[in-house]
Amino acid sequence: MNFTFHRKRISGIFVVVPENERSFVEEMKNFNFPLARSLKLKEVMGFDKRRIVPPGACVSDLAVFGLQRLFEQGWLKQGDIDALLLVTQTPDHFMPATSSLIQGRLGLKQDMLCLDINQACAGFVIGLMQAFMLLEQESVRKVVLINADVLSRKASPKDRNIYPLIGDAASITILERDTQDSVIYSNLKADGSRAEALMIPAGGLRLPSTPETAVLEDVGDNNLRAKDHVFMDGSAIFNFVQTEVPPLIESLLAWAGISTDSVDYFLCHQPNRFMLQKLADKMKLSYAKMPNNIVEHFGNSGSVTIPTLIAFNLGERLLKETLHVCLVGFGGGLAWGAMLLDLGKLDFNAIVEYKENHEYA
Amino acid sequence: MKSVAEILNEIRPEFDFASSTDFVGDGMLDSFDLITLVSALDGNYGISILGTDIVPENFQNVQTIEALLRKNGAGL
Repeated sequence: MNFTFHRKRISGIFVVVPENERSFVEEMKNFNFPLARSLKLKEVMGFDKRRIVPPGACVSDLAVFGLQRLFEQGWLKQGDIDALLLVTQTPDHFMPATSSLIQGRLGLKQDMLCLDINQACAGFVIGLMQAFMLLEQESVRKVVLINADVLSRKASPKDRNIYPLIGDAASITILERDTQDSVIYSNLKADGSRAEALMIPAGGLRLPSTPETAVLEDVGDNNLRAKDHVFMDGSAIFNFVQTEVPPLIESLLAWAGISTDSVDYFLCHQPNRFMLQKLADKMKLSYAKMPNNIVEHFGNSGSVTIPTLIAFNLGERLLKETLHVCLVGFGGGLAWGAMLLDLGKLDFNAIVEYKENHEYA
Repeated sequence: MKSVAEILNEIRPEFDFASSTDFVGDGMLDSFDLITLVSALDGNYGISILGTDIVPENFQNVQTIEALLRKNGAGL
């Protein structure tokens, strides 16, 4: 499905990562797996360092911490927020919405919209689309899009398929109307028939958490996982990305009437280095044009990886200049989407560390 | 340049690959081994095996791997 948006822009990106850094080399002993094979995997996949939250920390903690820093810096005024969108798959509670908890903890005005969106690795593109739609309303002048997940709390430390790549993080993206006559192109696809390729089986109402769902089971390849933990069919996800993402990008470029040469960067979700290199090879793009260095520094933080990629690689540059970029998200749902837009002259574009001694509500 | 058999032995030296015609089905290569193997084959033959070709059927034995390499432009 295609979408266009006119006179809208991103005006700032702020990423919050936990200060607690884990090292793949140190964690290899957790996996029932030969050391030499783990080291080969590290080299190919880019597993190295990642950030995870301290025990008990939730999505709202990261979000409140980041928003408070923005208020302190004077980069955002509390009263200017007309809508607060939160994209997460790891909410603080079933109910109420975590966006409402964030609003309450910060004492934001009542005359605003709070909305949680349950999306995974396509969640940055989907969140931007929702934000741009809201900005069509005259009463909405500024939207705060928060992408946040603490999936490390739902991953089995004995599951080599997913634990070494998980990172926790939150990003805060500010969206406004643009005074320039800018056009944003986007497209989005979904296939719920493949939803089980990436899921947490227990903990919802279909299969409530019980002592039985917390028991670690041998799930093959020397991995142990409980039904309370996140599951990923790595091969299915890999094939999904390699099959579906290139035509998605190609159709978006064709619709916008441009070629890959007109795009400065393809800023993709960051599952692992190998998958992104194969994607770049398939599209005949250089690795510099489709960067893949977030997993090795921060881990895969779901919908937060694209803003992390932007802040980490283009932090200072996007304060001064504007680039034409293609954002590409893909993952759980399954859902995949891409967006072409001018990104730059940002008010801020930075990464800050979440301190463990921050008080939780 | 190394042979396919040599690369397989480097990745899983504990197995006798000559004794099997279904490496994946016989549990000699798991999904992460396929990734390590593709990375090694890419580097060895100076190619990039298409991501959509990284499926178990193409890694059943040395013959299917060599066919995959030829399809992806390796001079064998």
